[in-house]
Amino acid sequence: MFQGMLDFLTDPANWSGAEGIGNRILQHLWYTALALGIATAIALPVGLLIGHTRRGAFLAINVGNAARALPTLGLLMLIVLLMGRIGFLPVLIALVVLGIPPILTSTYAGISGVDPSTVDAARGMGMTEGEVLRKVEIPIALPLIISGVRTATLYIVSTATIAAYVALGGLGRYVVDGLALRDFPQMLTGAMLVALLVIVLDLFFALLARLTVSDGLTGRVRTGRRTTTGRTTETTTPVEAGI
Amino acid sequence: MIEFEDVTKRYPDGTVAVDNLSLRIPSNEITVLVGPSGCGKTTSLRMINRMIERTAGRIAIDGKDINDSNVVELRRGIGYVIQHGGLFPHRTVLDNIATVPKLLGWDKAKVRARAQELLERVGLDAKLGKRYPVQLSGGQQQRVGVARALAADPDIMLMDEPFSAVDPIVRNQLQEELLRLQREIGKTIVFVTHDIDEAIKLGDNVAVLRVGGKLAQFAPPSELLADPADEFVESFIGRDRGYRALTFVQADAIELLPLPETLALGEDGRPLGWHNGAASNGKSEELLPVGAVFHKHDSLRAALDAVLTSPVGQGVCVDDNGRAVGVVDHGLLAAVVHT
Amino acid sequence: MTWVGDNLDLIWSQLREHVFLAIVPVLLGLLIALPLGYVATRYGWLANPLTALGGVLYSLPSIALFILLPAILGTQVLSPVNIIVALTVYTVSLLIRNVIDGLRSVAPEVRQSAVAVGYGTLRRVMTVDLPIAVPVIFAGLRVVTVANISIVSVGAIIGIGGLGELFTEGFQKDFLTPVVVGIVLSVALALVADLIIVTIQWLLTPWARVSYAVKAA
Repeated sequence: MFQGMLDFLTDPANWSGAEGIGNRILQHLWYTALALGIATAIALPVGLLIGHTRRGAFLAINVGNAARALPTLGLLMLIVLLMGRIGFLPVLIALVVLGIPPILTSTYAGISGVDPSTVDAARGMGMTEGEVLRKVEIPIALPLIISGVRTATLYIVSTATIAAYVALGGLGRYVVDGLALRDFPQMLTGAMLVALLVIVLDLFFALLARLTVSDGLTGRVRTGRRTTTGRTTETTTPVEAGI
Repeated sequence: MIEFEDVTKRYPDGTVAVDNLSLRIPSNEITVLVGPSGCGKTTSLRMINRMIERTAGRIAIDGKDINDSNVVELRRGIGYVIQHGGLFPHRTVLDNIATVPKLLGWDKAKVRARAQELLERVGLDAKLGKRYPVQLSGGQQQRVGVARALAADPDIMLMDEPFSAVDPIVRNQLQEELLRLQREIGKTIVFVTHDIDEAIKLGDNVAVLRVGGKLAQFAPPSELLADPADEFVESFIGRDRGYRALTFVQADAIELLPLPETLALGEDGRPLGWHNGAASNGKSEELLPVGAVFHKHDSLRAALDAVLTSPVGQGVCVDDNGRAVGVVDHGLLAAVVHT
Repeated sequence: MTWVGDNLDLIWSQLREHVFLAIVPVLLGLLIALPLGYVATRYGWLANPLTALGGVLYSLPSIALFILLPAILGTQVLSPVNIIVALTVYTVSLLIRNVIDGLRSVAPEVRQSAVAVGYGTLRRVMTVDLPIAVPVIFAGLRVVTVANISIVSVGAIIGIGGLGELFTEGFQKDFLTPVVVGIVLSVALALVADLIIVTIQWLLTPWARVSYAVKAA
């Protein structure tokens, strides 16, 4: 089986043209980046606002839970059928809708989880609300925020793969086309490439967290004695629900 | 000077946290707000920098109503220290201290120098500057909190139970440090605590508040101990009022008695013990222990303690090298106390 | 709406298949994750690598897993076993962390008391550690059950997907109703499953109930 996949991968014909492997990977990345960008642009500010003001917490908490119960394939089909099955837009909407809950929930959890006395001290020292958010809450909440974006990315990559069923491009094409042609090596290639893509993206986020999260938070510095300030937070939390 | 004029804080559900509080907090002194839970001491403190807005009355700093100022600017001019320090875990110690100067837009070099200077001022090793709060002990974090509040050199410092969360030994050290710091810099400090002993130790003036936010008494600690305004204040101060009041008189008020022969001294003049008069046959005599000793610059309380712990009722006074310089007994002490 | 009446058999059979494909992996996964988690707490150095591996496996898209597993294990792609194995892998990957955290949440004094009383290891784990770990483990159980119910429909792409086949049917016929029915049933199933798990948790932890009653009094 794997031999077949290797043959498929090494066949130069498969690397050229619009149907080529390189192209498909780029397509997949493009769909993901676009949907992620839009989802973040919507969910992040809302999460920051709800977390900072603590108003609307009900929304932030429950949207995450509710979203997990939705079958992604069904959601995809629904939106595509409702909008008429023309083009990329319905799929994009579905991808964005799926990407919003993890970012919203994690951002909210991160910001609202900042030690209230730290926020109190910041305000008491004379920081404006905006400064409190930018200089104190966001840096401390960063591990969770990155974790939320990472989860959203995984959801989106997964769903974009499935979306090949509704005529989207990307790596899912190998799975769907391979299935139609009973070409298992092709299916396997698609699956393998998606899995590798996911792992690479995961590493990217881990690296991002490493670079941007303060050492004082991760506890990677040698701790002295147990203290009452200084929360240690995890840089990544387990992905909540695979797709 | 900070002035409270009939200040009231009433919450929407009806609870009155502070009830018609009128107070004059003098400049360059430590004023302690003390009382049981629910007496409104923290609320009152937090009204000064408008973390809580008053419902009625007026609060003025040096004559200017605080509500006339921009709240952010007001806070940047007031140092704020809270329990557990409230340090920013994502920033180094030096960056924490530098927070307000940076907000005020100070020159970078000046900021760095100031932060370093304050780190040492509060008694911390310079190399702790690059560490993160999580690497510091509770006492060290509190010191950083104080340094941070002092960074922009505010006239006023608000301290909300800053030493409550550390163990008694560290708390004592921090209290001594605060007193030393105050001798050097003389800020107007408003200090909140639930511990009456801490209030008596640190305060130049103490305001005792009762549950419901009413002022019970506002006086220097010696007056509080000598003359409590009512039953509540008296019971809040607790027992041993007379004994504790002794801390306010220095032992140099005593004219010491000369060293008696019964006190055995070493070659360097240090007291070794008391001869007990009964020489055992042939064996070398065992001396009775000296008990606690006191210095001239200690309080009368230390002198009394020396007398009480001495097996012969005579307390030994020593100089800073440990050499005995005189003794005091019950009679002499009583005479001093009751003058 | 008439479609529903006409296709009750289809709906019912797909629902049954869906429940089977979603729940069996949860049970199997639990059966594997519990001992595995216990071993990880016993030999502490195992905990981090296992959790990390679980994290990686859980992040793989389900469709990829549905295809990769048969290649590795030699099972058929187009068989329920494939789906069940894949979802079991998911379940274990997620639950391992909860089991470890749950067992670790038992206070050391409690564990020491049990040992001092004379409980053998197995008995102690079964009667002391696990019950106390229930809240944490069940939190993970709820997440993974709802997730599984959602993921099963993805299998419709390769031909076995429980309610997912209603989605593909609706799509192919350009017909909205089966899709809506499928979604509604899937969500309802998730809610019911969640409720059942919460009830079981409530039944298993009488001490959590009692403390509330005492506080109210």
